[in-house]
Amino acid sequence: MTPDVPTSAGLATYNFAYLDEQTKRMIRRAILKAIAIPGYQVPFASREMPMPYGWGTGGVQVTAAILGPKDVLKVIDQGADDTTNAVSIRAFFQKVANVAVTTKTREATIIQTRHRIPEEKLTAGQTLVYQVPIPEPLRFLEPRETETRKMHALEEYGLMHVKLYEDIAKNGHIATTYAYPVKVEGRYVMDPSPTPKFDNPKMHRSEALQLFGAGREKRIYAVPPYTEVVSLDFEDHPFEIQTFDKPCALCGAENVYLDEVVLDDKGGRMFVCSDTDHCEERCANGHRGHLAYNKEAAE
Amino acid sequence: MTDAPLLKVRDISKFYGARIGCKNVSFDLWPGEVLAVVGESGSGKTTLLNCLATRLMPSSGAVEYRMRDGEMRELSRMSEAERRFLMRTDWGFVHQNPADGLRMAVSAGANVGERLMAVGERHYGNIRETAGNWLGRVEISVDRIDDQPRAFSGGMRQRLQIARNLVTSPRLIFMDEPTGGLDVSVQARLLDLLRGLVQDLGLSAIIVTHDLAVARLLSHRMMVMKDGVVIEQGLTDRVLDDPREAYTQLLVSSILQV
Repeated sequence: MTPDVPTSAGLATYNFAYLDEQTKRMIRRAILKAIAIPGYQVPFASREMPMPYGWGTGGVQVTAAILGPKDVLKVIDQGADDTTNAVSIRAFFQKVANVAVTTKTREATIIQTRHRIPEEKLTAGQTLVYQVPIPEPLRFLEPRETETRKMHALEEYGLMHVKLYEDIAKNGHIATTYAYPVKVEGRYVMDPSPTPKFDNPKMHRSEALQLFGAGREKRIYAVPPYTEVVSLDFEDHPFEIQTFDKPCALCGAENVYLDEVVLDDKGGRMFVCSDTDHCEERCANGHRGHLAYNKEAAE
Repeated sequence: MTDAPLLKVRDISKFYGARIGCKNVSFDLWPGEVLAVVGESGSGKTTLLNCLATRLMPSSGAVEYRMRDGEMRELSRMSEAERRFLMRTDWGFVHQNPADGLRMAVSAGANVGERLMAVGERHYGNIRETAGNWLGRVEISVDRIDDQPRAFSGGMRQRLQIARNLVTSPRLIFMDEPTGGLDVSVQARLLDLLRGLVQDLGLSAIIVTHDLAVARLLSHRMMVMKDGVVIEQGLTDRVLDDPREAYTQLLVSSILQV
């Protein structure tokens, strides 16, 4: 006698947030350990996800493990809510967890991000989940994982400065502009994922919990709220963030990170906020840049 | 030379399974002294050197080192962090193949500066100045400071490796065939340089070589090894001019007379 197999409803359903409960427990344990040792890369048994490596499998697993039915999810890719990666991951969690989603930074409880930190200051209770391609900041200087783990364990970080030295020797200034290495709570050197170094100061003593998931490399690390995050530098070449000559062409915002957009084949360009939510909200509040769409003029 | 040895080696043995790497080697090394370890290839010279430099764990025996504060410490009882710190500050290790001791993909300046940055130097200008000085001391033109060692000749690489090791003013240098693979005129200049540096800095050194001429030029004292065992040791001139063991006599008489 075979038991009754539910035909239409049962078979094709997923567990809440796609991953099975045992996997979520395993990931949560890794996250707890990561939070307990800020900046330390905790190995975890990364699962196959229904997307290729490099598309955010690490971030998706972390999000799936911490997501609850009452959470409000926002997903950004390079600061934008409307790019392929962001739209797909948002749709994925709507489907497998039926959670509320938003594009508003303020309303989100969990923000999964690729390569940016939102312009708006994150607050206590929010969690920022980073998608990380290569978690090991020493990888390109020392390819042996056995050796880099030893270097972390013994706090041998001279090599990280060798990289910065090379930058200055070649370019006259520190030319690393993204994935800029940071030291967390005075102990572990950490790769902040390929965010522009413009965002590094936002990590310092952030009120939000920051979790980092690297799916292919099977590592999770974390920066708990109110943790010291210091960008590495030299005394005579201090850390500096990028600056932009012009404000955002659409909303006129200054001191934000801008993307370059090519307008035509005659060299026309404009610089706009990479954080689309921030830009839209400013436009809605009446801020105007020099290329902003002018409703009244159009009518 | 003071009366307290810098390095005390007692009955060091290393076995690779049933095979002998080196067996029951004991000696003392005093500050400012250069000791050459000679022997044919396969005689256990490099195994001995690696055991002393903590790159290999000896099977038995003890190596004690006098730290800068004067305390004798047994190397095998130190934590790995202490050992690695010692290796990049108070010690140097010059490999036969410079590619093993250099970072081939970073510039000469960064190669020399790495040890400084590892011990906490964070001023780019100072690091660069020190690196430039050291390049000068090992006769590498300062305008090559931003070139990668890949672009250097074998002799230059070896000199760069020496500069990289000496930048933290170590007290003890291990050298494994430092002149191996270099042509004779380059060898001569390198030896000249090494002799000068050892004298100026009051370095102690243990040099492994199969080249008796290198031993004669650089070392005060020498040990002859055969089949993993030290068969003869004494002042370099004594051993080379009046070898007692049959094997040493053979070794000395095998030097090519040109």
